Amino acid sequence: MRNIKAVFWKQIRDTLKNKTILIQFVMFPFMAFVMEQAVVMEEMPDHFFVNLFSSMYVGMAPLIVMSAILAEEKEDCTLKVLLMSDVKPIEYLTGTGGYVWSACMLGSCVLGLVGGYQGREFAAFLGIMAGGIAASLFVGAAIGTWSKNQMMATSIGVPVMMLFSFLPMLSMFNETVHKIAGIFYSEQVRILIDQMGQHGMEMKSFVVIFLNMAAALCCFVLAYRKCGLS
Amino acid sequence: MIKLTDVVQCFGEHEVLRGVSLQIRKGEIFGLLGPSGAGKTTLIKIVTGQLKPSAGQVMVNGKNAADLNGSMYLRMGIMMDSYGLYGRLSCYDNLRLFAKIYGTAEGKIDEVLKKVGLLEAKKCPAGKLSKGMRGRLALARAVMNEPEILFLDEPTSGLDPAATKQIHELLLAEQEKNTTIFLTTHNMAEAEKLCSHVALLNEGTIVEYGEPKEICRKYNHQNQLQIRLYDGRYLELKNDCRAVGTLQTYLEQGMIETIHSTEPNLETVFMELTGKGLV
Repeated sequence: MRNIKAVFWKQIRDTLKNKTILIQFVMFPFMAFVMEQAVVMEEMPDHFFVNLFSSMYVGMAPLIVMSAILAEEKEDCTLKVLLMSDVKPIEYLTGTGGYVWSACMLGSCVLGLVGGYQGREFAAFLGIMAGGIAASLFVGAAIGTWSKNQMMATSIGVPVMMLFSFLPMLSMFNETVHKIAGIFYSEQVRILIDQMGQHGMEMKSFVVIFLNMAAALCCFVLAYRKCGLS
Repeated sequence: MIKLTDVVQCFGEHEVLRGVSLQIRKGEIFGLLGPSGAGKTTLIKIVTGQLKPSAGQVMVNGKNAADLNGSMYLRMGIMMDSYGLYGRLSCYDNLRLFAKIYGTAEGKIDEVLKKVGLLEAKKCPAGKLSKGMRGRLALARAVMNEPEILFLDEPTSGLDPAATKQIHELLLAEQEKNTTIFLTTHNMAEAEKLCSHVALLNEGTIVEYGEPKEICRKYNHQNQLQIRLYDGRYLELKNDCRAVGTLQTYLEQGMIETIHSTEPNLETVFMELTGKGLV
């Protein structure tokens, strides 16, 4: 537990000085706040921008941040030093993953507040975001573990991130994209958030998110077995 | 403390280490000398368990190096050529992270920073330090948990003489605490000054092993006295009793400008053994 706390603490200190990572956490909550205040159109669904940006946030921030942190630590050999100081891989991943998940949940709280969710709706919103962020974290961890350096992580991470974060938006305008996007967790996050204020949420969405999470975890395990952490 | 037996390391077809055998005793400073590409870093990686040898055995504190685990790493300090520092974190925070991991009191951080001469730069981000300062910070991290064994890969490479002196003093102070120090270097003066035993590594093979002074004596084939006189003459005398008379004459006449014996240093020994220098 001591090592997990140490890694978590290190990540907080580092993020405060790392604008690239910091911007990932605050960009969508800030954009959602601005757009909700600035754009008012007739027939626009309630919390349109919050709901849209929430699914994009889920598909982008945890994935990019987790892969970037892992790849940077590998490239700078800091991860090797940590592992040779009695920090076990699971402790490192828990500390880093826990930090990214917590930071993204903080951003989700802001999104929920901007969206005006309260009580059970707010809790449900956070619950959906928590599942989506966890799935995205595993994808990011798999990419970061697979990559030897930051350039490789960016090359793999950006297309994957675009797939997960932009499909929910594109699926609103195109039926074919909507059908394809349905197999991805970020789209299901958008559907679940949309369904929150209307009728009951579909079990299918939770199953898809869970299956995505399991697939991402498998990818991470494969990457870890092949490349390790150092 | 550390024992290597017939260690072989191959990368594909290329054999980097060819049957290296060594023994390092507790509390000694051991220097592994060799030119770039000789296999020094590979050997230190094997001894610290970062690399599994293709053949042979490495024992550290009675345990196989390939099986080193967390609690054993806690008793070691390792400084590799890539320092592994968090560039955005300050010197203090870099050490604070490891103080948390080692369970060391945070009061120790300032003490260690002072030892390596970085106390005034404690708030400076590690990424903005000079190479020498980063090396010292990495060394501070390596000694913070008061290790039983210190592994240092080229600890003074690229440092100015003042910083090098400071590092040497720190290493000697660590040795006084009975810390075993395994260092690699291509600086023969450093090895002569610090190490109780050295091994000369060339193309993956140990070509000589022993105490630095003993090695130099062993290869003192010329055994001459070289004398320069004030009148410009240069003499070479055999270093034995036959030189006494001549020397006495010149000394009495006050003619000697310089006088040197011809014992070799580690670099000349290495050149004699391999036909190349320690660069």
